[in-house]
Amino acid sequence: MQNNASAGSFTAVHDHHGEAHVAHNPALLHHFAAPQQQRDAASLGMWVFLATEVMFFGGLFCSYLIYRRWYFSDFAAASKTINMYLGATNTGVLICSSLTVVLAVWAAQTARRALLVGMLVITMLLGLVFLGIKGVEYREKFEEHHVPGASFSFDHVEIPGHPGQFANPRHAQIFFTLYFVMTGLHALHMIIGLGIFTWLLIMAWKGRFTPEWHTPVEIGGLYWHFVDIVWIYLFPLLYLIDRH
Amino acid sequence: MSMATAIPQPTSPPAAERENYLNKEYGVWSWLLTTDHKRIALLYLLSITFFFFIGGFFALLIRLELLTPAGDLVQADTYNKLFTMHGMVMVFFFLIPSIPAVLGNFLVPLMVGAKDLAFPRINLLSWYLYIIGGVMMLHCMFTGGVDTGWTFYAPFSTSFTNTNIVEAGLAIFVAGFSSILTGLNFVVTIHRMRAPGMTWSRLPLFIWAHYATSIIQLLGTPVIAVTIVLVAAERALHLGIFDPKLGGDPVLFQHLFWFYSHPAVYIMILPSMGVVTEIIACFSRKRIFGYHFVALSSIAIAVFGFLVWAHHMFVAGISVYSALVFSFLSYAVALPSAIKVFNWTATLYKGSIHYDAPMLYAFGFLGLFTIGGLTGLFLAALGIDVHVTDTYFVVAHFHYIMVGGAVMGYLGGMHFWWPKISGRLYPEGWARLAALIVFLGFNLTFFPQFLLGYMGMPRRYYDYSHMPEFQILNVLSTAGATILGVGYLLPMVYFLWSMRYGKPASDNPWNAAGLEWKTASPPPTFNFDQEPVVTWEAYNYEELDAPHNEEVPVAK
Amino acid sequence: MYFAVFFALLAGTVLTVFAATLDLGKYNAAVALAIASIKATLVALFFMHVWHASEKLTKLVVIAALFFLLLLLGLTMSDYATRLWS
Repeated sequence: MQNNASAGSFTAVHDHHGEAHVAHNPALLHHFAAPQQQRDAASLGMWVFLATEVMFFGGLFCSYLIYRRWYFSDFAAASKTINMYLGATNTGVLICSSLTVVLAVWAAQTARRALLVGMLVITMLLGLVFLGIKGVEYREKFEEHHVPGASFSFDHVEIPGHPGQFANPRHAQIFFTLYFVMTGLHALHMIIGLGIFTWLLIMAWKGRFTPEWHTPVEIGGLYWHFVDIVWIYLFPLLYLIDRH
Repeated sequence: MSMATAIPQPTSPPAAERENYLNKEYGVWSWLLTTDHKRIALLYLLSITFFFFIGGFFALLIRLELLTPAGDLVQADTYNKLFTMHGMVMVFFFLIPSIPAVLGNFLVPLMVGAKDLAFPRINLLSWYLYIIGGVMMLHCMFTGGVDTGWTFYAPFSTSFTNTNIVEAGLAIFVAGFSSILTGLNFVVTIHRMRAPGMTWSRLPLFIWAHYATSIIQLLGTPVIAVTIVLVAAERALHLGIFDPKLGGDPVLFQHLFWFYSHPAVYIMILPSMGVVTEIIACFSRKRIFGYHFVALSSIAIAVFGFLVWAHHMFVAGISVYSALVFSFLSYAVALPSAIKVFNWTATLYKGSIHYDAPMLYAFGFLGLFTIGGLTGLFLAALGIDVHVTDTYFVVAHFHYIMVGGAVMGYLGGMHFWWPKISGRLYPEGWARLAALIVFLGFNLTFFPQFLLGYMGMPRRYYDYSHMPEFQILNVLSTAGATILGVGYLLPMVYFLWSMRYGKPASDNPWNAAGLEWKTASPPPTFNFDQEPVVTWEAYNYEELDAPHNEEVPVAK
Repeated sequence: MYFAVFFALLAGTVLTVFAATLDLGKYNAAVALAIASIKATLVALFFMHVWHASEKLTKLVVIAALFFLLLLLGLTMSDYATRLWS
């Protein structure tokens, strides 16, 4: 995506049209015929990539659904021990960040550089808040010995609604394995998103985005919204199994 | 320098004088940092050929062991590693990339009339990911290999084996990412970068085949990627996702594994079908019969291919009712493939057949793919499958498709497009001989295996001394494998020879249809001197063969 | 416009949490997933601009991804759901 650098190296190549080289936006890469084509290609590329991400998380959702059906009461007991309020707060945080992202795109479309930079900064801060809260949650789990592995223990935890019956620790470990893998993978995607937005911020700060060309902001935004959507599904599935 | 390609040439001067993608720049870095899809295709060609040798080497050892009923060449554990590494290398590092990464990368932009793929730097990244995955796999091999079978079923792979599953899994994960990025590039290129006038109905069927392949690569590979993550996590932390002792379900692993790995076999065969379509049209000098049927059947194979995965699990403990559904769907997926075979045959009918080497490979493909496909129907029948599952019948079935089908298509395609890629002609006599040797060697290797499997010889056994009557067929099979090896070595020798001593090729030595033949052999870096404008239908062989070349608009 | 969607999303979150505290029997999961799906659809249609997409292809990609995801979930579940039938 370093458009200027490669555009420079391409225009150094001999011009095979033979006629005068028409001046174009330096962001236009040489193998594209027109800026619109480049923009459409980038957008389609990101959407297709998001489709692959749907399938990537899909495998985990598939495993989760099967085991939840098999071990519902054990999953319910395990789910009750994770902090629903922190989860709900994180959902709210991500929703706010999605709003700031669309505002950032709008700012780029309307040449409002200050707003664009501001919105990108707030988005990233919200992302850091999300990761911070996640860190708190993980720490809680670590302290309660609910992290799967050698030190896992889940003895004498009652099944919600069935006093006196205890959850099977092995099945609860499956819940926590899926919990950590799913939220961990999600957090990894958040971190990558923060990396992307850092780069967007630098470019925006330097004033590289114009109403004619701000494709990286748009496709970076698509990625961020996707990460939000994954969390929208993770939250009720993991946190709200049996809370009544 | 820039003027040389701008002046229209009445005849094609020898390739060496004109600037093309090969002689444009020299030096290792001009290759390792290239973003030219044609150079990347050649980088892939070298890498996958290397892995083909590695996989072939393991196959050789397997066949040597099976010459005698006793397990006397290697130990049992070692044999397990041999067939595992053979499978993993051949599937993930040879077959899945082969045609898309070499011929697809080279030809897709040319065939749609573009200057390059949509994302050239991602294309280069895809090759580097393949190399990184390959290096990891090599390291895994040198540190003891893996012995679970290429299918690395849990809980053996997660709890019991002592071999380096995590590294092998990560190697496949990385190579899988390479595959996803290639698919992404193709889909966006085909949608967004077709030349003016190149409508969907004028695209070569090679492109339709690669489009369908890309859909599978994009939507299937992520599932095995996440499965590998789960296996690695389970192995490293002793978790219980797939371990029955800890409440997990080993069949869940198989569901997730085969959800990708069945469509993966269509990744391996669809591009080959695309190649065969191009070859059959050219060497019968006829339009493909039923263009739209063939195009849509590629898409149908891609979609239906995702519906049938549990036919690998009929005896694994899935519910009988779900097995019934998957069996029915497995019959359905054969339909689009059958449509293609009918259409190829109808194309040949009353065609003006030329028996050049690419066509010999295409004929081989037709026969062998049909046999392989029909035996797949045997396997899709629940009753038969119970008897022949995990026997050599299955091994023969998939080798007929993957070697008799995919590899034949790959070799045919390499011969067909070699003049375009290298600017040289290969020696036709040697090529026909090699095609014949491959065909004979292949059948001698794998037909006995149908018989062996039907009679009950299990697969993945290094010792069959309790059934010594199987030896004669095994000996035949090994003999065939040796002949097959010779058949594979010949093209490597004469292709290399041709790069220096072969006759220079004209732009269109086969007088074939397709935009790639309307530019130089080898093409210039940006493919066309002027952006092509397409005003003719695909496979316009009547026009090409007409006495004078009136109004076929040639973008020169 | 964006703000309307934003508030709808927040409201949906509150609603999800509230509904989880009610005893709806086996419909708890369905309600939670339904609300989540509405929220996801809002994000996709309006924040990701699918509703106003000039290209039909964008919508096709989204639908294709959903289709194959449901295939994975549905056909796999068909095995587990019918294992104990006989």
